[in-house]
Amino acid sequence: MGIRLSKPWESLDPLTIAALPAQLGVYQIADDGGNVLSVGYAGAKHPFGLRSALEQEIEFHGTEATHFRYEFTSNYRSRWDELLMLHLHDHGQLPDHQRDEEGRVGRLSPN
Amino acid sequence: MDFTLTEEQQMIVDTTRRFVQSEIVPLEEELDPDAGSLAVEDQDRLVAMTQSMGFYGLDIPEEYGGPGLNTTTRALMAIEMSQHRAGLYNPCYGVFGGAGLAQLYEATDTQKEQWLYPTLRGEKKGCFALTEPSGGSDPARAIQTRGFQDGDEWVLNGSKLYISGADKADYALVFARTSDDPGRNGVTAFIVDTDTPGFHVRRVVHTLRATHYATELQFDEMRVPQENILGEVNGGFAIANDRLSRQRIPYAAGCIGPAIRAQEMAIDWAKSRETFGSLLAEKQAIQWMIVDNEIDIRHARYCVLEAAQKADSGDRFRTEAAMAKLVATEASSRVVDRCIQIHGGVGVTKDLPLERWYRELRIRRVGEGPSEVQRLIMARDILGGSFK
Repeated sequence: MGIRLSKPWESLDPLTIAALPAQLGVYQIADDGGNVLSVGYAGAKHPFGLRSALEQEIEFHGTEATHFRYEFTSNYRSRWDELLMLHLHDHGQLPDHQRDEEGRVGRLSPN
Repeated sequence: MDFTLTEEQQMIVDTTRRFVQSEIVPLEEELDPDAGSLAVEDQDRLVAMTQSMGFYGLDIPEEYGGPGLNTTTRALMAIEMSQHRAGLYNPCYGVFGGAGLAQLYEATDTQKEQWLYPTLRGEKKGCFALTEPSGGSDPARAIQTRGFQDGDEWVLNGSKLYISGADKADYALVFARTSDDPGRNGVTAFIVDTDTPGFHVRRVVHTLRATHYATELQFDEMRVPQENILGEVNGGFAIANDRLSRQRIPYAAGCIGPAIRAQEMAIDWAKSRETFGSLLAEKQAIQWMIVDNEIDIRHARYCVLEAAQKADSGDRFRTEAAMAKLVATEASSRVVDRCIQIHGGVGVTKDLPLERWYRELRIRRVGEGPSEVQRLIMARDILGGSFK
């Protein structure tokens, strides 16, 4: 089983988000060039799961954030950490606004 | 046995209970229900508090600067420290400090300087790498990671599974087969720096426990200096086994806290929730569940304290520790299950901690030796060594 989030990117817009189920999960947010701007999770504190979390991302990033991809999972905390570690492994650092997490997350050396 | 607490024990229990209720539980109201850590500023503030209380580094032996609690007092604290949402696997979010890997207290002075003391100062973290994909309940026979000597070094190849904390560890205690003996006499313990070439954390292993995940490790031609061997060559299993026995008492005690808290929640709920014209507490079906909970909690507490007292008195306690682990994990699982049933729909939501305890307690019946292995240990002792 692959550990990377490799689903196709979708357009990050209110209509697409509104069509999502209000489930728990993890996601990545990207710009037009496919650069990942955020690795996040929708947890139990988000009233409508992924929908609420992605709405917050739009509010935070503004027009720079244009795409997203996601995965439903009730293990959103450990999966989120895994995605952060993968990002760190692949890019040497986390997205700018998540650099504070670098001291907390571990390290992976995936195959 | 007399389980009356001494004045000092009662004071410690009361202090710990107040700390959990006034400092930990309120913070959890704001955290994600599956959170495994506090905000850094809260963590630092609470560590300063436990240090000023003289309770920091609970499990550090007195000669290394720890508070010198006996096993009974430590078990009583474990019961209190786990009475919050994250308490089963992260009692009080670690603000009482850790003691590092117990095996390192048996290390050489040089090894202690390199790994133990920095761990006690909070500068390094270690992980315990025993279980493999080939099995964990019978590690002496299951270990397939191989080590062979090449001059002053050993070369290790193999993999480990369900290893907690490896992705953040500075070093790992790795057990490898180093002779043709297929059993416990062919295993050696190596202390391995995790930046050693060939040490790989391949993936996170997702389980019922959403935080404090496990990992899978792979070792490819990993070269470890001879001086990193802990204990004797081919004497590693005794080191691993000693840990497994000693861990069972606090491991069992920690299961009782969530059961106690769940029972308190269920009693409050039963006394306030009405159905069919009367309170839940007035219905025999609910009363019996509450009574069965109480029996389970008291039984588990008795077994844990009996094992702890035997350990403190210097007697053999292997059977009692195995019984405590078996009874506490299974009884607490039953209690939380019944409390969910009493709560109904809200019991299975993340609005309450019950669902998290329910998931995590299920792991406790497997981790640190499953119930069946505990029965095996007790059967050997009860039936006697000659019964084969």
